[in-house]
Parts: sequence; structure tokens; C-alpha cells
Amino acid sequence: MGIIILGSIVLIFLGGILVYNRLINLRNRVENAWHQIDVQLLKRADLIPNLVETVKGYAKHEKEVFEKVTQARASVTQAGTIKQKADATNMLTSALKSLFAVVENYPELKANQNFLLLQEELSGIESKIAYARQFYNDTVMNYNRTQQLFPSNIVASLFGFTLKDYFEIEEPGKREAPRVDFK
Amino acid sequence: MYEQIASNKRKSFLLLFLFIILVGVLGWIFGEITGAGNIFVFFAMAIALFLSLTTFFFGDKMVLAISRAKPVDRKENPYLANAVEGLAIAAGIPAPKTYIIEDSAPNAFATGKDPKNSSVAVTTGLLSKLNRLELEGVIAHEISHIKNYDIRYATLVVVLVGTVTLLSDWMRRSFFYRSKRTKRASGSGGALILLVAIILAILAPLIAQLLRFAISRQTEYLADANGALLTRYPEGLASALEKISKDKEPLESANKATAHLYIVNPLLEHRSKLNDLFSTHPPAEERVRKLRSM
Repeated sequence: MGIIILGSIVLIFLGGILVYNRLINLRNRVENAWHQIDVQLLKRADLIPNLVETVKGYAKHEKEVFEKVTQARASVTQAGTIKQKADATNMLTSALKSLFAVVENYPELKANQNFLLLQEELSGIESKIAYARQFYNDTVMNYNRTQQLFPSNIVASLFGFTLKDYFEIEEPGKREAPRVDFK
Repeated sequence: MYEQIASNKRKSFLLLFLFIILVGVLGWIFGEITGAGNIFVFFAMAIALFLSLTTFFFGDKMVLAISRAKPVDRKENPYLANAVEGLAIAAGIPAPKTYIIEDSAPNAFATGKDPKNSSVAVTTGLLSKLNRLELEGVIAHEISHIKNYDIRYATLVVVLVGTVTLLSDWMRRSFFYRSKRTKRASGSGGALILLVAIILAILAPLIAQLLRFAISRQTEYLADANGALLTRYPEGLASALEKISKDKEPLESANKATAHLYIVNPLLEHRSKLNDLFSTHPPAEERVRKLRSM
């Protein structure tokens, strides 16, 4: 009898260790995935002064747009939490949209080699942000689900694991259309 | 997924082991026939070990060199570099090195030891004939091969199986040459060795072919599915596969040893219906059908 009780205690203890390690692994994966997004967001922020300067060379009078973009960029680099970062990113995306709308009025600028390079670089980074977000959200889903399912929820609440936020941003338009097919 | 990775690592190890044993046996037979003795076995196995290690660490470099792939300059081809980096992020692996092959036939492959040491190569034809969504589909397929460690086994197969085939060809030739020249009766022991030699020399390339089969069909379907999961758009890869398989141009730098690496078999004579059974690749129509039914 005693052996059975002792045996089950040892088994439960070992199971707990396994679950705990799995949660730690998943949390590290989430942090790593978040880092991937952050890297791309910083890369985009680094491109923006260069982009603004290039556009300024042709469109001096569009001060409003430049200010909006510069402000949004600053709030992305300053944002602390994931929610703040997502909001700032949305702001920057829409500011960039209005910047590119302005560019439409300057055909010479649209033919500028430097501008074209920046544009390709920017759209590349935007799709990387989308992919990093996809990976991050998948990782978060896995982590959160593990915390909610029995019996790992017991270990999770015992050691104070908390649910992570998803990174919700507006997608760049071109990826929107094909995705609809899968819902 | 993790099972697949473990199975690939196991298969790679087994392949290296088999390779060393097989070369050792070939060496022993060769020693017996020529009368060079048992020293030849150690000699052959040392070479095999050396070759295995070289292949394990530098196999990707060999494959890229055979295929005449050149590293991509990020400035010259930001479009391709961005696609590769983006999908590596989606898969959560470090970005592989990107290579380009100057050839108008559209095709692509991945090679390497593990996700940290991996490369993706695409032809210039692929870049010019596919649109962005199709290109991303192909790259996603290759990235999935990298993530699953398919590249390790496939790259080992290129070099090791190639070596075994070459060795047994060479042995067969030198053996027949010798038996014509000196018709010396060497007793029953000698006859037995000769028999083993003949069987092995014929069997070795067959074994090699079987090892090559072990990679392909299921692995390709799996990489298609995982690739579609990365882009969340199976139609991109489906229409890319259609375009690539319908293309009539042969890929100059591909050969029998490297054919199984490519996303679609680059050797045109293997694309006919009759060859389905023996092909290293599942039929493109079947892959397209599976992707479209996702």
C-alpha cells in the first residue's frame, strides 16, 4: 500500500517536472519569436529617415506627411509592451501609406533609383514582419493552449506562468486577399 | 515534425555507417581479387571514413559546386533575398544562404547539414518565369526541407551513393578485364570470392538506388504541405509546380546523382508516365491535386 502511494507521488512529481520544462521551453520560444518581430520593426524604423530625406528632395511642401511618419516612427522605437508596439506599428503603416500616396504625384521621384531601392527594401521588410507575426502568433497559441489544458494548467498556475498577448497588426494589403480563402 | 527530424538524423547516421561498411567490403573483395591482401580493407575504410566526414561537413559545398550555383548579391537581387529571409522567419529558422544558377530551366533545391548551415539555390529561369506568390511557394517548400533535416540525408546521398556507384562500376570493369587476361583457377575459395564479387558489384548500385528512393516521395508531399503552411497559400506552390513540370527545357548542371534534390525532377526523360514507378519524385499532377484539395 505504502509503495503504491509513494510510487504515485514520485510519478506525479516527475510528470510535473516534464510539464514545467515544456512550459519554460515554450516561453523561451515565444520570447525568441517576439525578438524576430522586433528586429524587423527596428530595421523598418532605420529605413525611414533615409526614405523621408529622399522624398523631401522632390516634395518639399508635404510637411504634414513627413511629420506624421517621423512621429509614428518615434513611437514604434519607444513602445514598451506588445500592445503598444502593435498600435504604434499600425500608426506607422498608415502614415507610410499616406507618404506613398503623396509620392504618386511626383513622377520624377517614382523613377529615382534610390527611391525604388528603398521601396523594394521596405516591402521586403513588411512581408518579413507579416511572417514574423505569423510565427509569433503560432508560438503564442501553442504556449497559451498548454497553459489552459489539463493537467499542465495546474503547473502553470502554481509557478505563475501568464498568457501572452497576440501581436495584432493590419496586414499589408497584398497579403490580405489570398488569406481570405482559408477562413 | 519532430519525429521527421529524428528519423532523418537516424537515417543519415545509418547511411554513413552503411557506406563505410560497404566500401570496406568492396575493398576486401578488391584485395582478394588482386592479391593485395587485407591491408586494402583498412585502406578503403580509412578513405571511406574520411569521405564521410568531408561529405558531412562540406557536402553542401560540393553539391553547390556541381550545380554551378553562385552566391546571390543582396543588392543585385533584393527580391529573392527578401523572399528567402521572410520565409525563414516564418519557419523560425536562421536565414539560409541564397544561391543562383544561371539556367533558363526553372528549378530549385536546398542543401546543407542543419538549419544553421543550409543553402537554397534557384535558377534564373525560376525567377523570370514565376510570379512572387509562386516563387514564395517554391522557397517555402525548400525551407521546409531545411527545417525537417531532409537536406542532411539528401546531401549525404548525393555524394556517398555517387561514390558507391562509381566504385562498383570501376570494380566491375577492372574485374572483367582481369578475368579475361588471366584465366587462373584458384580453387573453391577463390571461386566463392569471385561469386560474391559479382553479386556485390551488381547489387551495390541497386542498394544505392533504394537509398535514394527512401528520401523522395513521402518527403516531397510533406515539404509541400509544410510549405503551404508557411505561406498560408497552397495555390502559389501548386501553380509553380505546374509551370515547372510543364517546362520543356533541360537543366544543364543537374545529373542523376543530384536529381533527387530538386523540387521537380530536372531530368526530362524521367517525367513520362512510364517512369512514375521508378522516379525519385512523385508525379507533379498528384502533388498539385493534393495542394489544391487543402
